[in-house]
Amino acid sequence: MELFQAIANMTGAGLAQHLVNGISLGSLYALIAIGYTMVYGILLMINFAHGDIVMMACYFAFFGITAFHIPWYLTFIGTIAVTALLGVVIERTAYRPLRDAPKNSVLISAIGASFLLENLANYIFSGRPMHFPDIPFLSSMISVGGVQIQAICLFIPVVTVICLFGLLHIVNHTKTGMAMRAVSKDYEIARVMGVNIDNIISITFAIGSALAAIGAIMWGIRYPGITPYLGVMPGLKCFIAAVIGGIGNIKGAVIGGFILGLGEILIVAFFPQFSGYRDAFAFIMLILILFYKPTGLLGEKTTEKV
Amino acid sequence: MLNIRDLVVAYGGIEALKGISVDVPDGQIVTLIGANGAGKSTLLRTIMGLEKPKSGSMEYNGEKLNGFNSQHIVSRGITLVPEGRRVFPNLTVLENLRIGAYMRSDEDGIQADIRKIYDIFPRLEERNWQMAGTLSGGEQQMLALGRALMCRPKLIMMDEPSLGLAPLVIKEIFNIIRSINETGTTVLLVEQNANMALKVAHHAYVLETGRIKMEGSGKELLENEEIKEAYLGKKKK
Repeated sequence: MELFQAIANMTGAGLAQHLVNGISLGSLYALIAIGYTMVYGILLMINFAHGDIVMMACYFAFFGITAFHIPWYLTFIGTIAVTALLGVVIERTAYRPLRDAPKNSVLISAIGASFLLENLANYIFSGRPMHFPDIPFLSSMISVGGVQIQAICLFIPVVTVICLFGLLHIVNHTKTGMAMRAVSKDYEIARVMGVNIDNIISITFAIGSALAAIGAIMWGIRYPGITPYLGVMPGLKCFIAAVIGGIGNIKGAVIGGFILGLGEILIVAFFPQFSGYRDAFAFIMLILILFYKPTGLLGEKTTEKV
Repeated sequence: MLNIRDLVVAYGGIEALKGISVDVPDGQIVTLIGANGAGKSTLLRTIMGLEKPKSGSMEYNGEKLNGFNSQHIVSRGITLVPEGRRVFPNLTVLENLRIGAYMRSDEDGIQADIRKIYDIFPRLEERNWQMAGTLSGGEQQMLALGRALMCRPKLIMMDEPSLGLAPLVIKEIFNIIRSINETGTTVLLVEQNANMALKVAHHAYVLETGRIKMEGSGKELLENEEIKEAYLGKKKK
């Protein structure tokens, strides 16, 4: 009843406003969640440094524009490239040496990589929040049908959808994508087919990190306060988004991202009294999904045929 | 073609192969028979570069194979049809064949080879777009064979191709193994189904707990009293 009352009280414009916010936040979550799910799909590990890769990408873009005065569009391209490289370097140094080690060791190494990036950023960039530079047009507020929104909010879902289709094309219709899918199921036999596992894993990290960078840039424009710990909460939530969608499944991660983003915004919109519990929404969803559908919404059943 | 000398392979401290020597001459079908845990699969995995030998040598046409990764070994023309088939369940039948040709880039040749494999196994063509995980055991074995053939191997190693299949399907698989060999591909066959394996093999080795216990032509071993009793399930008279 309370919900209906809340909806009834809301004007059309207000609802549209929340929907736009929810969709753009959900898109950002989706882009970052893809990185978690791709790495898990191939290495069966949670890359806990992924959220911090997002943070590093924010700083790369920040310094490119403010310190090096590189035009913003070139900075963005450079940020995506450098972040992809960072992802590959983390895999080579922190995960590859532990390829044959027990899964727990890799997990601990991932947490270590995460702490390293956070503290490195804290040390080099200082913990003082910095203001992500305003980007012409994208940062400005525009009015669409009486609703005031930041222009970037219109771009975020479009960019996300383009990235998603691009990625699905790579995974489903290219030789590299075919090798990625093969490695994710049976890397030993993929090796017997002549697939270079190390290359495929590097490509996976590069793609996941590049998508994280695209998300990070849009995140910076949307939420301009950047700190060395900005990746922690989104990182956790996007990991949850990946679990909700069924970890290992790219479409699932996107769906999970939208559920969390929209849910988080709409709950606050309809129940302002719960706004303090905004971050708890993701964790409640995690508990529910683990309870009722542990494989996630699109997760595969792991039955094996002998 | 393939010459293995005094090969020792250990898992941790336990030696699975305790110094075995095997020769696979060009153009033949050589089979290794033996019970569970005799070390048959270990030998194939070691040749494929999936296990590292502790000592001994493996030579392929005079070229050393020790210490190379699987990728290098596939590029030399050796391939493996693994135990339990292990087709990629999340790839379509066509993709499974294509990934067998992963190291090739001659698109025309790949197309022609897919055509050839579909001619050998018409059932696979009917299931072209199906995920390999949805195939029956026999179909998966055919796909695993087809996938291995896609790299145009000179030596094809098969690990228990008859495992878990119906007798009629086993017969079909062995006919195909024979015809693969007749087109000039050398076959190294590991089997528990000693009867079938010895019938097709030119030469056979009997492996027992990491050692070669006996060798001879397929025919010789089929008639050997000891083999009859231990592996063929026939009592001494």
